[in-house]
Amino acid sequence: MVVFDKPKALLDVPLHYCPGCTHGIIHRLVAEVIDELGIEGRTIGIAPVGCAVMAYDYFACDMIEAAHGRAPAVATGVKRSDPEHNVVFTYQGDGDLASIGTAEIVHAAARNENITVIFINNAIYGMTGGQMAPTSLVGQVTQTSPYGRDPKLCGYPVKICEMLAELEGPEYLERVTVNSVPNVRKAKKAIKKAFQNQLDGKGFSLVEVISACPTNWGMTPQKALEWIDSDMIPYYPLGVYKDRSANSEVAK
Amino acid sequence: MADKVLMKGNEAIAEAAILAGCRHYFGYPITPQTEIAAYMAKRMPKIGGTFLQAESEIAAINMVYGASAAGKRVMTSSSSPGISLKGEGISYLAGSDLPAVIVNAQRGGPGLGGIQPSQSDYFQATRGGGHGDYHMIVLTPDSVQEMAELTIKAFDLADKYRMPVMLLADGTIGQMMEPVCFDLAIDPAPEKPWATTGTEGKRAHNVINSLYLNPAELEQTNIERYARYDEIAKNEARYEEYLMDDAEIAVTAFGIAARVTKNAVNEARKEGIKVGLIRPITVWPFPKAPYEKAAEHCKQIISVELNMGQMIEDVRLACNCKIPVSLCSRVGGMIPTPNQVLDAIRAAAKGGK
Repeated sequence: MVVFDKPKALLDVPLHYCPGCTHGIIHRLVAEVIDELGIEGRTIGIAPVGCAVMAYDYFACDMIEAAHGRAPAVATGVKRSDPEHNVVFTYQGDGDLASIGTAEIVHAAARNENITVIFINNAIYGMTGGQMAPTSLVGQVTQTSPYGRDPKLCGYPVKICEMLAELEGPEYLERVTVNSVPNVRKAKKAIKKAFQNQLDGKGFSLVEVISACPTNWGMTPQKALEWIDSDMIPYYPLGVYKDRSANSEVAK
Repeated sequence: MADKVLMKGNEAIAEAAILAGCRHYFGYPITPQTEIAAYMAKRMPKIGGTFLQAESEIAAINMVYGASAAGKRVMTSSSSPGISLKGEGISYLAGSDLPAVIVNAQRGGPGLGGIQPSQSDYFQATRGGGHGDYHMIVLTPDSVQEMAELTIKAFDLADKYRMPVMLLADGTIGQMMEPVCFDLAIDPAPEKPWATTGTEGKRAHNVINSLYLNPAELEQTNIERYARYDEIAKNEARYEEYLMDDAEIAVTAFGIAARVTKNAVNEARKEGIKVGLIRPITVWPFPKAPYEKAAEHCKQIISVELNMGQMIEDVRLACNCKIPVSLCSRVGGMIPTPNQVLDAIRAAAKGGK
């Protein structure tokens, strides 16, 4: 009996992620969901610029590599080209989605574009070697905030779920994390819902995953998972920020 | 005889795109090309197509990138400042070998510039416009009829060579009304086995990408792309020669400048001056042959442009600087009058530059 196997939607290739990085877990969750929904053959994934840039080599479905921050616009083009058939997801980091790509994500959400967005928030630019991200915490030391993020100089970290929840457009916004087994299970449930919503034609669904970057946080993998609990989640509370269908069912 | 309709140049582009099988248009409002978006907004929903007003030119070109990756004939349009914003996306289209049609109804610049016609994006268009080694095929219509014909040609070329093609128009041709005939030959889009349309479980995944971290591999993609460009230079350079057979003076111009110049050439001929016009219809690839020929029997070439002298560099290269090439231009949204061009021709005829 097989008790553990690689999801079919992930290709059998080595991932380039650092030890302790949670991208691998999240890739796996997305792939498991694609497998379970049986949609690999009609799924098109959009990879970002950032640590997950080479996601196009990892997922077995058709993949497109987008310019930095533009994945939601590229996804819009793909989705609109065959809305009934194409299942489209973007996989974006915080620099990509919450900094250079804010216009694209806000307007994709405002249009309630029927796509699924997996948003990895690890509070740092990983690929370029650990610069301050739009989501870096106040006081967080990075290569470009060597004395800690000073809100007087660079403002406060951006809360994407809260911000998008103000829009009328989006269908579903949830923030999860993957720093423990129960949290991984909850994350998978959210990701599955975000894909199911698209299949049901409900519209824009975004799952923000609080993720660990031990390399650039300067922590051991274990410490990084703890830091998510101690420092990240107090500022980025987990939970559902919008679920229009659930709310309208309650209203009935 | 096929029916003609009276139409604005911009509308002719939109209708021709639809005839060419374009069912996806993404744009952002900017003067003087808005009629294209307005036409698409009206027509696309009626024919099962997509019109989407994006949040920016940057988003629009990336939507084009997505739809093109998914195998569709797709178009965007803008004007000069907006084209600068699309530069990033155009570079990615070129780097990922994706076909797309981009219209630039040029206006005066730099910066916000003005809203009157210009040809000052010639360098940007013919040298690629974004980062990296690449070209677009650049078509330069000089009438509403050609707006239609070259739009259809643009889709064919984009698909044939898997690359972005620009229709380099200007505010005048976009806005002016002329009779246009749409009884045009259309080639259906070719099969696109590379497109990301979903594997359907029947093939390995397709990847649309311009990232190559291995420099040797990236070098190879550039070399292969340029081999394709060589083929295009050989096969796709287009131009019109007007009264060039016995010409002693050649005037060269494209787009609206060519329309003005043709009048000046006709007037000069009435005065007995042996002058002709070379009108490039593609400015990338730049048609070298008519200039090489002109260098054999003309004493001077006058380049008429709506810029400070951009195409003139290609003209000098094309005739190997064998004969003097002078500039006759207006800029900032101003258009040379036929008389200004005529004066330049008369001066050349007298032997001065």
